[in-house]
Amino acid sequence: MKVALLQGGRSLERGVSLRSGARVAEALLDLGHHVETMDLGPDLVSRLESTRPDIAFIALHGTEGEDGTIQALLELLGIPYTGPGVAACQRCIDKSLAKYILREHDLPTPDWVTYSEAAIRDFGAASSFPQAVEAVGMPLVAKPASQGSALGVKVVTRPEEIPDALITALSYDSRALLETWVSGRELAVSVLGDQVLPIVEAIPTDSNSYDFEARYEIGGADFVCPADLGGDKAGEVSRVALSAFNALGCSGFSRVDLILGETGPQVLEVNAIPGLTETSLLPQAAEAAGIDFNEMIEQILGLALE
Amino acid sequence: MASSPPPRRSQTRSRDLERYASLFAKRTRVMRSSAMRDMMAITARPEVISLAGGLPDTSTFPAGVFSREMDHIAKTSLAEALQYGPTEGLDSVREQISKVMAAEGAVVDPADVTPTTGGQQAIDLITKVLIDPGDVLICDAPTYPGAIPTFCSYEAEIVQIECDQDGMKIDVLEETLVSLAAEGRKPKFIYSIPTFQNPGGSTLSLERRRRLVEIARREEILVVEDNPYGLLRYEGEPLPTLLSLDGGDYVVYIGTFSKVLSAGLRIGWLVSPTPIREKIVLGKGAADLCTSTLTQEFAARYFAEGQWQEYIAELIAIYRNRRDAMIGAMSEYFPHGAFWTKPQGGLFIWATMPDVLNTEDLLAKALSQNVAFVPGSSAYVDGRGASSMRLNFSGVREDRIIEGIRRIGAVAREQLKLYETMTSTDEMRLPPPEGEA
Repeated sequence: MKVALLQGGRSLERGVSLRSGARVAEALLDLGHHVETMDLGPDLVSRLESTRPDIAFIALHGTEGEDGTIQALLELLGIPYTGPGVAACQRCIDKSLAKYILREHDLPTPDWVTYSEAAIRDFGAASSFPQAVEAVGMPLVAKPASQGSALGVKVVTRPEEIPDALITALSYDSRALLETWVSGRELAVSVLGDQVLPIVEAIPTDSNSYDFEARYEIGGADFVCPADLGGDKAGEVSRVALSAFNALGCSGFSRVDLILGETGPQVLEVNAIPGLTETSLLPQAAEAAGIDFNEMIEQILGLALE
Repeated sequence: MASSPPPRRSQTRSRDLERYASLFAKRTRVMRSSAMRDMMAITARPEVISLAGGLPDTSTFPAGVFSREMDHIAKTSLAEALQYGPTEGLDSVREQISKVMAAEGAVVDPADVTPTTGGQQAIDLITKVLIDPGDVLICDAPTYPGAIPTFCSYEAEIVQIECDQDGMKIDVLEETLVSLAAEGRKPKFIYSIPTFQNPGGSTLSLERRRRLVEIARREEILVVEDNPYGLLRYEGEPLPTLLSLDGGDYVVYIGTFSKVLSAGLRIGWLVSPTPIREKIVLGKGAADLCTSTLTQEFAARYFAEGQWQEYIAELIAIYRNRRDAMIGAMSEYFPHGAFWTKPQGGLFIWATMPDVLNTEDLLAKALSQNVAFVPGSSAYVDGRGASSMRLNFSGVREDRIIEGIRRIGAVAREQLKLYETMTSTDEMRLPPPEGEA
């Protein structure tokens, strides 16, 4: 097959995307496909039109690649693509919208409030910080609404730290969430087609559990797969994750991040297009299920063409 | 017909990752990538105005000169130029290096010069031969961001001494030496860029230069003087190098052709006392056998031809204008409360925003406007520098500099305004002071 491999782009996760892309390219070549690698730029549409690929493999992370922009463009051009569709991408990239949808489906997710830059700047929203603290409690986590990585995430332990944390979060997106901080075990559940893959637990080697570096660097975190949870708990976590995947309308593959706290699993976010680098969690989970990287890539292509 | 080997490396599986993780030396724990480095991946895109590099403008180098020198090498010494050379470097280039140094008033014997693969290798080699894990070394605060990974990879304990516009505060250095001595510790060396410092833009004053050398001699501590920019002076009187003031007993000198000729040639050098030089040469042999013979030949010929000073004069004129354009734009566009250095030379301006702004966050916003800088925190090992940024003016045209600064100013003002909105609301909600109605 002729595969257009979309990678890079101008999101802050460009570097991760290039690493995902490099790995996917190898696999596609191994599988005997013809690969045309494309970085996002002004010539994207003309390149797609002149190449006429059978399928586009989207190895993009963050805004533009993961928010439905590219997916909508590919639909217009009539090119099938990997991963979730336009609407699912839009639901996942917007953590606030995703949480509303999860709540509508009675799925557990920590309490939160959302602030937009405009509300703070134009409507005096800062006066409502006390109500926000009451709603979500302390400590809380401030995070940008649409970053896939841990960029811009800050833990707030005192109300007076909120402006600082929001300035940070709002540097990465025009909206930010204040979310209840839930202590517990960090779990990632990847879904491939209709198969829930074994649960990965990330145990940060540093004490800061929101360390961006731990997510992408060899040795930055210990990953255990399958996570040692016991059958009942694992079953519950997997069920919640699959329900979240379905509630948001995902298809093909995605990764659900959860915290397993005292009250059970809580969904933090769903990554429509999770990382596919050497240290990424989806490939690890697939491998634990006996699916090697090449086979996983082949399955992802197959799912996109279904 | 023999089958060709597989063209690609095999896929890395998670158990391979575990295997590698258990193989890595402990010192690689500090060689971590970072969110920042990932964010910097965007600066490679053509639409981004990058004020983040440390780049000389190599587009100004005359193509005719390049072909003439290369042509001459091809005709007269091609076999040698394509061969390994001595680890100590070619005599011809060592001689030219001493000539270039003389232009800054430093008199050195070519025999004391060791050409290295860029100034960066000189930093690596001096750290390699002097630092055992846990040894203390002292450097400027802020310091050259590229030196930190080197120091860390040899597991040095880094102590940074605050700088002002006159460079490293020598009083603070003395206090630090006293408190280290109280713990029974003594730094192996003091690393400093005394002239047009990277990233601070400051220049160590003559008085402080004298005191630093005095301390080095009194306390018997080596000073590593890194001087990549000394010849790029846009105004003011040149100051003597630490090496000249000391005579070469306690000062090890690092130079480079990267900023006055080409960074791509990768030629730097060390001037050091003989016992250190001998160890450096052994270390260099282990690292790369020799610096590229071809580029050494090129540099030796180029500097022997005698037009290099004209080229530097040309660079000075270009960079001075760019520096002025940047400072002018900062005065116009940066928010109230921001301040910055006005370097008399070199490639960088160090700007500090009002302290509620964190420049790592600001970088994310700036990148969304297609402009990049280096956040100040990367010039410290201790979390300082969070409101500062390093801005490069040498590698970017004036119109782009002005536009880049305008965009950074705009996002900074936006963030400040948002912060003020949030905090002034807080104040409005505070209960009235006691005793008032």
